[in-house]
Amino acid sequence: MMAGVIDELKKSQILELLAQGKRIDGRAFDETRELIIDTDAIPKANGSARVRLGDSEVVCGVKIQPDKPFPDMGDKGIFICTAELLPLSHPSVETGPPGPDVIELARVVDRGIRESHMIDLSQLVIAKDKSVVGVFADNVVVDYDGNLFDTCAYAATAAILSSKTPKWDLKDDVPTLVEGQEMDVPVTTIPVSVTMGKIGNHIIVDPNADEWDIMDARITITTDSDGNICALQKGGDEGFSLDELLKCGEISIKVGSQIREKLKQVKGGN
Amino acid sequence: MGGRESELVLLDENGIRCDGRKIDEPRKIMIRAGGLKNADGSAYIEFGDNKILVGVFGPRDVHPKHMSNTDTGILRVRYHMEPFSVTERKNPAPSRREIEISKVIKEALEPAVMLEKFPRTAVDVFIEVLQADGGTRCAALSAASVALADAGIPMRDMVAACAAGKVADTIILDVNNEEDQAGQADMPIGYMPNLEKITLLQLDGVLTPEEYKKCVETGINGCKIVYDLQKKALQEKYFGSGGDQ
Repeated sequence: MMAGVIDELKKSQILELLAQGKRIDGRAFDETRELIIDTDAIPKANGSARVRLGDSEVVCGVKIQPDKPFPDMGDKGIFICTAELLPLSHPSVETGPPGPDVIELARVVDRGIRESHMIDLSQLVIAKDKSVVGVFADNVVVDYDGNLFDTCAYAATAAILSSKTPKWDLKDDVPTLVEGQEMDVPVTTIPVSVTMGKIGNHIIVDPNADEWDIMDARITITTDSDGNICALQKGGDEGFSLDELLKCGEISIKVGSQIREKLKQVKGGN
Repeated sequence: MGGRESELVLLDENGIRCDGRKIDEPRKIMIRAGGLKNADGSAYIEFGDNKILVGVFGPRDVHPKHMSNTDTGILRVRYHMEPFSVTERKNPAPSRREIEISKVIKEALEPAVMLEKFPRTAVDVFIEVLQADGGTRCAALSAASVALADAGIPMRDMVAACAAGKVADTIILDVNNEEDQAGQADMPIGYMPNLEKITLLQLDGVLTPEEYKKCVETGINGCKIVYDLQKKALQEKYFGSGGDQ
């Protein structure tokens, strides 16, 4: 994504280390970087999180407001998740419309949360077919060090978990705020995305920027609280064998459950 | 503008404002130099409930090339608000307001930055408003100066910024969101404290000539308060403490 200029020396160093079972920053193959979650980042939003995964940093703000339902889904609220790379996150990021990589990022993060049915959208209806509650989770990347898929996904999930939704009633076809009726956003499960890179025959979890630049292929697997797989995205110009994919599935469930414990504390802490 | 009717008491009989401040008292200000890993220089400011992050890159090659100038470096500024920074979710695309603010901030910084030392290059300033609460352009400009200094870019002076305004027929320092909405005038000021030059000045609202003078003077006093905090933020990063002053 960033196509940072990584010199050939670093590439051969990463490959040499992997052959010895080591990574360039000393982590085990199935070890993520340190995850720091601060959920009181933007008090004016309905929920928010500032998340650091290693040196990648994302701020996610959730805005909740009345909206028109989609024509074929009048009995469900709306959920939209976006992601944007801010130009201050890396020297190579340019202003202007997002490129294919950033659009993929936003869609994969959205899909992981949407397909897990994390938010019970049926509870976010103000009046069927007329007015529903819209939940917008906007991710902005402020610092880049690889693996934005997981950094954004954790930020969005933590922000949603910390969100309170106001209540509206329909009066004369206009959604009207009901004071003092805030409630937690109805959450059914906690999705966790785990992104793995393939370098040669090695599978590594949570690639940092150096690893991201040289990896042959990647896969992002989102699992829910029941340990089911709910979204996948393969990327990069190499393939995975069936054995590798099954191994990645196992890793994503194991690593995902560790991350989920951290995300649960967001809820517990409120 | 123009003193809209409102329930809000902007100034009570004891001279206390709607958020508890005195007329010449700024909101709580916190400035931090640095913080971003990839940017050449960065700063974070909390100015009341405003939260703004600034990253600086450069001097670096200019893209597109035709923008480069063989006599001097160029300064580019982008002021951008996050969708979640305001009460109603904002469309992420830049608005006309953001484009204008980018321009006035750029022109406020230009006199301070010694761009002539870096011909054919660009210095890029990226301002990201994470949370907005009135007075973002002043807070953003103040943070941008710190980020430029943090990037090691030679400057003639810092640019400090603060607004002054008029509520309930009284000149006040540092207009907050409510005062901006319901008050009579808002005048953002950017100021180079050592060169004693005003580099950003806007006004909407009505002032008498006497009030105009008072308003500028009040704003400059606010800028001096901000300037001390800018210096403190840089001292803290580079000398490991708040310094003596």
